[in-house]
Amino acid sequence: MSEDHLNKAIHTLKERFGLREAEIQKYPPALLVPAEQVIAVCQTLNDEFGFNFLSDLTASDYYPEQEPRFHAVYNLYSHEHNTRICLRVPLNGDSPTLPTVEVIYYNANWHERELYDMFGFDITGHSDLRRILMPADWEGHPLRKDYPLGYEEPQFTFNYDDIDRRKHKARYEEA
Amino acid sequence: MSETYEVTLEELKHLVSERALSGETVLLNMGPQHPSTHGVLRLLLELDGEVIVNCVPDIGFLHTGIEKNMEAKTYEKAAVMTDRLDYLNTIGNVLAYSLAIERLAELDVPPRAQAIRVILVELQRIASHLVWLGTHALDLAAMSVFLYCFREREAILDILEMCSGQRMMTTFFRPGGLWRDVPADFELAVRRFLRSFPARIDMYHALLTKNPIFMDRTRNIGRINAEDAIRWGLTGPSLRGSGPSNDIRKTQPYSGYEQYDFEVPTGTNGDVYDRYLVRMEELRQSLRIIQQALDMLPVGPVRSNNRKYVPPPRAELGTSMEAVIHHFKLWTEGFELPKGAIYSPVESPRGELGVYLESDGGPFPQRVHWRTPSFVHLQALPVLSKGHLVADLVGIIGSVDIVLGDADR
Repeated sequence: MSEDHLNKAIHTLKERFGLREAEIQKYPPALLVPAEQVIAVCQTLNDEFGFNFLSDLTASDYYPEQEPRFHAVYNLYSHEHNTRICLRVPLNGDSPTLPTVEVIYYNANWHERELYDMFGFDITGHSDLRRILMPADWEGHPLRKDYPLGYEEPQFTFNYDDIDRRKHKARYEEA
Repeated sequence: MSETYEVTLEELKHLVSERALSGETVLLNMGPQHPSTHGVLRLLLELDGEVIVNCVPDIGFLHTGIEKNMEAKTYEKAAVMTDRLDYLNTIGNVLAYSLAIERLAELDVPPRAQAIRVILVELQRIASHLVWLGTHALDLAAMSVFLYCFREREAILDILEMCSGQRMMTTFFRPGGLWRDVPADFELAVRRFLRSFPARIDMYHALLTKNPIFMDRTRNIGRINAEDAIRWGLTGPSLRGSGPSNDIRKTQPYSGYEQYDFEVPTGTNGDVYDRYLVRMEELRQSLRIIQQALDMLPVGPVRSNNRKYVPPPRAELGTSMEAVIHHFKLWTEGFELPKGAIYSPVESPRGELGVYLESDGGPFPQRVHWRTPSFVHLQALPVLSKGHLVADLVGIIGSVDIVLGDADR
């Protein structure tokens, strides 16, 4: 692990983009990045500091908090320097929007589709924004905290009226 | 919702070439129940004759909402669900999950537990590679290898059953160590396996490595260079077949991997054949690690003594009031992790298996996310298969070694 390299990268990003460190993240070291700077920050990390590998892209929902309601979490890795860095992007509850980074890291494509599917993020500029794990006609975004767990009949039993009734009950009365 | 919703070609237009719309190329559906897609994977293929022009993977058939379910369970109970992700690497999943909790809670793991963890995880790696080898060879029409591989895998599953009572869904590792110590004849059983297995590897090599049919069907198929492989997020043997020697056991050692002497095999061409050779060599390296871990297996406790996270031994419950309180609290409320988030990667047989674990300070996880290698590797399938024959596609799928339970979660 090259600590110096990581510190230099963090220092440069803080100076250039005015970023703060995210205290919640214990490992790897994380920076809070506004959504509009994500591409520029990723580009800098990729071009200047060799973070050439998007290891993970996910999100966390802090419902009922609204500002910010979500954090998108990018985990980047540098093969050359063997270091990891994390970017946390706070997003609002009413219209969570992220720019796509699939031009820099090709594998972001499916991760971003998963965010769209599971959290309902709008990914601007994405080449193929469809649901990935849930069926194409699914309603709602399952990993949001206000999405109920349970009371869902298996979808392919064709008891649609029953499912709709229970879904409604679960979503509006018990959630 | 009153009728089933069908995805139309109109919605997938951007994924296929224009020739498909005019009918010049053929769209073919492969799967989701095709035997060589290794689970329920559906591929939409655009074919020009027998040549693949485009390949669109469709996943999610095995989605079981494990991440959502884990948020509703205490940390220790959620561990049971980890086995159901990648069903060929069950014990490696629970290791990844336990490590994330241990790192977040700064919980110690006794040396004996760490050594046993390494032995079992490496055995599981061999078992997983055996299933890969068997099915990969089966896809390429070599039936006998499959039967031999599953025979050897039985020996490993027997060892797991001996330790935990379960052949596959073991949940043998817990935060802070192991569920319990291994039985007395564990060492004997592992040593017996270590003695017999090298000859088996030679046999697999004799059956496949210089076999002209196998070589014709794997060499220069599904090539990817190192730079593209990294950009597409490949890890593990699939990446190492292209050259980079990145292995998390070496770069960010966990569970005491730094004390073992082993090599990370790499390939040069990045084709199906090189990925095959890398995994075959990994079988031997895993044996080396197991041998070393077994030779220096320490004695001592197998669970941490930190009573805030680990229940007290049964014997203490009769004499210590404090032990009763800890026991009661742990099995009713569960433990509380300090507030924070962590990304903790391990090297699974398939590649980088990462757990993103976030705690809000309560007894339930705020968020558990699994960065699973199969999910990421499947994305690279269109790149790997473009320009190859349909018949080669099964070899390419086999060579990236996917498990659909791992991809769909």
